Amino acid sequence: MKEFRDRKVLAGLLRTIGRQAKQAGPPLRLMEVCGTHTMTIHRYGLQPMLEQAGVVLTSGPGCPVCITPDAYHEAAIGLVTGRENIILATFGDMTRVPTPRGSLQTVVPAAGSRLKIVYSPQEALEAARQNPGREVIFFGVGFETTIPSIALTIKQAARERLSNFCVLSALWIIPPPLRAILESGEVRLQGFLYPGHVSAIIGLRPYAFVAEEFGVPGAVAGFEPADILLAVSSVLGQIIQKRPAVANVYGRVVRDEGNPRALAIMDEMLEVKDALWRGLGLIPRSGLRIRDSYGAWDAEKKHGLRLEPGLAELAGCRCGEVLRGALRPPECGLFSRTCNPESPRGPCMVSLEGACLVYYKYSGR
Amino acid sequence: MLHLLKNMCLGIPAKIVSLDENRQGEVDYLGTRVKASFLLLEEAKLGDWVIVHAGFAISQMDEEEARETLSLLRELASAQDT
Repeated sequence: MKEFRDRKVLAGLLRTIGRQAKQAGPPLRLMEVCGTHTMTIHRYGLQPMLEQAGVVLTSGPGCPVCITPDAYHEAAIGLVTGRENIILATFGDMTRVPTPRGSLQTVVPAAGSRLKIVYSPQEALEAARQNPGREVIFFGVGFETTIPSIALTIKQAARERLSNFCVLSALWIIPPPLRAILESGEVRLQGFLYPGHVSAIIGLRPYAFVAEEFGVPGAVAGFEPADILLAVSSVLGQIIQKRPAVANVYGRVVRDEGNPRALAIMDEMLEVKDALWRGLGLIPRSGLRIRDSYGAWDAEKKHGLRLEPGLAELAGCRCGEVLRGALRPPECGLFSRTCNPESPRGPCMVSLEGACLVYYKYSGR
Repeated sequence: MLHLLKNMCLGIPAKIVSLDENRQGEVDYLGTRVKASFLLLEEAKLGDWVIVHAGFAISQMDEEEARETLSLLRELASAQDT
């Protein structure tokens, strides 16, 4: 695997990209949809090298923790502070997202209630089995990469008839916001780097509209620096040949048809809904909810939650523009001085995949 | 290191080192044994390389494809010298 980080390999790819960029001509602004791609790009210093070659990369909405609106975070806070004897289980990043009411880490839980950080939904399920006297609520957030695992966990709970387990689901699907970004025209993009592991689940077809309706090229990329450069080169090749498509340069992990077993379990347990994204607003058919037949495991139904958009936005936070690719983190007035990993003012500075945190860590302050 | 497996898209493959009849087991991830479920894969056997995300193996590595990409990369690296 070391070839994927080899200096000579990367230099070779950059020279190819430089030649292609000259031929394609400016502007060449590509969006890396996935937050982990943003990390690879900055960790290996690819951005200045690509800019020298004539290619600008912009981060996108691919950070589930970041795009989940405050209403969900506040509902989770409401549960752990307002109800006794519950265990609220969630991924680590989720616990530090600031809201006007504080974060899951800073609020004081109700009597007998507590927060539990997990790395898999299975751990939350196990906590429910181990604590029959307590309600375990898994605050499950994710894109298609994580959704099948959450769906399968709900199915297991249903099969075991576990009555003290439910899921507060914040589940988002990646292709619809790409349409929203293209339709708004706020940012002119000449191509997309598609997320590697979302694509491992959904395959290539769901992106076809980007090439067919908007004439914008794209390539599914892996997470090594050479993977990113291969994808950039593929997109430039499509621009030069005027043949926009959905290329896959991450074939070692992504099959054209995705993962049929994972898609089947998603379809069995969940149904599509219109959903509100932080920064992007209401996007048709961009979220998933638990099907009514499994309503007993849906925290919204079981606990009568109302996920309404919060009135108070975080003052000065421009996370939304960052998620739309309209603003680079250092252009935000809060960046670094006021908003930093020690005291984040918005989710993009919290999540390991958040563009603000990535810029803060790797690109100087 | 376990924290890296939480909810990030890490591209580093893991090797299946144990697997039971319920399709639960462990992977070796950079030298650390981590619990994983293999219920989302059609077929998975000991020794296979997989991508693990939030405790579930979500994709199996295609070695043929990996070799093809590697040979393309080697070609690019050697082209630099000419």
